[in-house]
Amino acid sequence: MYGWMGKILRVDLTAGTVRLEEIDKELLHGYIGARGLGTKIFCNEVDPKVDPLSEENKIIFMTGPLTGTLASSAGRYNVVTKGVLNGTIAASNSGGSFGPELKYAGYDGVIIEGKAKEPVYLWINDDEAELRSASHIWGTNVVATTDTIKAETDEEAKVACIGPAGENLVKFACIMNEYNRAAGRSGVGAIMGSKNLKAIAVRGTGGIEVADREGFKAAVLDARKKLKEHPVTSSGLPSYGTNVLINILNEHGGLPVKNFSEAAVFPNAEKISGEYQAEKYLVRNKGCFGCSIACGRITRIKEGKFRSLGEGPEYEATWAFGSNLGIDNFEAISKANFLCNELGLDPITMGGTLACAVEMVQKEIIPRDKINLDWGDGEMLIEMVRKTAYREGFGDELAEGSYRLAESYGHPEFSMTVKKQELPAYDPRGQQGIGLEYATSNRGGCHVRGYMTSPEVLGVPVKVDPDTVEGKPELLKTFQDLTALIDSSGICLFVTFALGLPEIAEQLRTATGFNISDEEYLKAGERIWNLERLFNLKAGFSGKDDTLPERLLKEPMKDGPHKGNVVKLDVMLPLYYKVRGWDENGVPTEEKLKELDPV
Amino acid sequence: MGNVIYVQPEKCTGCRTCELTCSFMHTGTFDPTRSRIAVVGFEKSGFFFPAVCQQCDPAPCMEVCPVGAISRSEATGAMEVNHEVCIRCKMCMIACPFGATFYDAKDNRIIKCDLCGGDPECVKNCPSEALTFSKSSPAVGLKRRAAAAKIKEVLEEVR
Repeated sequence: MYGWMGKILRVDLTAGTVRLEEIDKELLHGYIGARGLGTKIFCNEVDPKVDPLSEENKIIFMTGPLTGTLASSAGRYNVVTKGVLNGTIAASNSGGSFGPELKYAGYDGVIIEGKAKEPVYLWINDDEAELRSASHIWGTNVVATTDTIKAETDEEAKVACIGPAGENLVKFACIMNEYNRAAGRSGVGAIMGSKNLKAIAVRGTGGIEVADREGFKAAVLDARKKLKEHPVTSSGLPSYGTNVLINILNEHGGLPVKNFSEAAVFPNAEKISGEYQAEKYLVRNKGCFGCSIACGRITRIKEGKFRSLGEGPEYEATWAFGSNLGIDNFEAISKANFLCNELGLDPITMGGTLACAVEMVQKEIIPRDKINLDWGDGEMLIEMVRKTAYREGFGDELAEGSYRLAESYGHPEFSMTVKKQELPAYDPRGQQGIGLEYATSNRGGCHVRGYMTSPEVLGVPVKVDPDTVEGKPELLKTFQDLTALIDSSGICLFVTFALGLPEIAEQLRTATGFNISDEEYLKAGERIWNLERLFNLKAGFSGKDDTLPERLLKEPMKDGPHKGNVVKLDVMLPLYYKVRGWDENGVPTEEKLKELDPV
Repeated sequence: MGNVIYVQPEKCTGCRTCELTCSFMHTGTFDPTRSRIAVVGFEKSGFFFPAVCQQCDPAPCMEVCPVGAISRSEATGAMEVNHEVCIRCKMCMIACPFGATFYDAKDNRIIKCDLCGGDPECVKNCPSEALTFSKSSPAVGLKRRAAAAKIKEVLEEVR
């Protein structure tokens, strides 16, 4: 088999068994890999109404056909499960080397089912795989866990694990691989925790074959040349990491401030920017496997109370712990981010939840004698991150995410979430398209399900007016479908700054030998999008959930370039349903589903 | 002596594109265990060192080889393995001070950097310019220049 390995491991934690299975070729062709293939297998096997934390939920680690090859930025894998934060289909994407290593061991993915009686970890050493006791590392953080497992298995092993947050079923616990890369969103770490699965370690010494060696080489070199030439992928991201966006979004008037309660312009943005980070704290750039961009940052805070060394902070974390909390201390932000890595927490939801709590304290909804929280307090941030992971004191309330927190005080409107997942670092009142993107994302609040900031702010591939609604539903549909294809291929979304569908489809064709047209590959993306939608509908979501926090629909932007704007979701959403071939309730029509049938 | 591959670990991002390129160019597959360059990673602190043959002179691999299977290519200066003569005793792997001589279990061969016949693919594809192919080390040259510049500044002030 080419590109794909054609094999998966099925691990039954209840029975303590590991079994090798072949993957049906039709599934690979219809759903490509990673996010798509994982979701298809998950939907075939799991009842959408399953309780995420129950034994009946499964968690699937899946790579794509390009993962581990020389294709552009092909170090990705996806974690597919029913997420605990909001009960939508979760496909959480991570880079690093874990995905490639799994393929070198001979597998496209691993399906985990059941629940272990005692803590265990899975050790995959090429064609041997076994469950081992993890009782001695239960309770330890990501660094200690990874160190211990590497010492017990192989120094070259790649380890994906949970920290205390996952064990304590924090609703936004993530899975960390190679210490610093995260399958960050939807609370996938808590699913591992609920199954008593502390980690998966893998060492692979095999190789990946491609169908057309010369053709693949030509496609890959063409893609790499384009990545080397595009200003975003050759200069912006390598020079300043994703934090290059802080100043850009701030100037755009779209950098959310204090739980989206103020104008999206942060007066001290410069002090948390990528430029500032590069000048003062950057040790070096770090690349995921096979990546020519290397947007990762190794950052060191040399002295003072926030002294630390780690990977990050990236744009989302810098915003979540920065302007969203009114904090302009880059050292505190970095330290909090590194702590999230060690404890296994998603910084976006952590920051969003804390911002919601601070706002409710300011409004005297949460009494000050219970917890005293203020904007701009870096030390409070560090303390709350730690307490959340261990569910200590008020941390136990934060660990539930902002929606449940705000609802428990009778004010869900202060939770800046879509489908109970916290929004990322773009105020949609400054970008109509991303408002529609948030409202319709299959995993709730999310920026990487069709990155509308690219055309609306960065002008890539073409500049569109951020304030208009015209053309946005059509553009978003294409972006969503393309992103689903990219996530399923095993490459990084960031390549799309420089590459389009033709370059990606050509790499897929030459790698796998599956010679369908560009449009048919994009159709696979649409098929995956609709599959996720159907899962959510069966899980109990409806068109009513395709909405935004009231604040973004009713409170006009207070100042800045987009002053006076709200998100015109009521105009865009019906058009979007139409463009998608869904009925007025947002349900895919029979006709559309027939059109997308892979056979 | 011809050009050699100079490594600047402080520029290496740990992406391992060199390993992918090397294994693909030499074996047609993506298989880091069959690459003749290996990135040693210290993931926690984000430090990476690409280990590759430095074409030493005298070369310990050549000196230790009991059957004379390793010799220097006149064309490129690369230490090359004659697979017909090699007995796979792996003494060269022990002798190499950098662990930059490898055993390819799939082909049952000793492999090491052959400079791709004089135009190393890993260097061409390294995205961060951590690898260069030249007569002298660009890093050392730059360091020397930076140090000299400081001295120049001081002396000019004194004068």
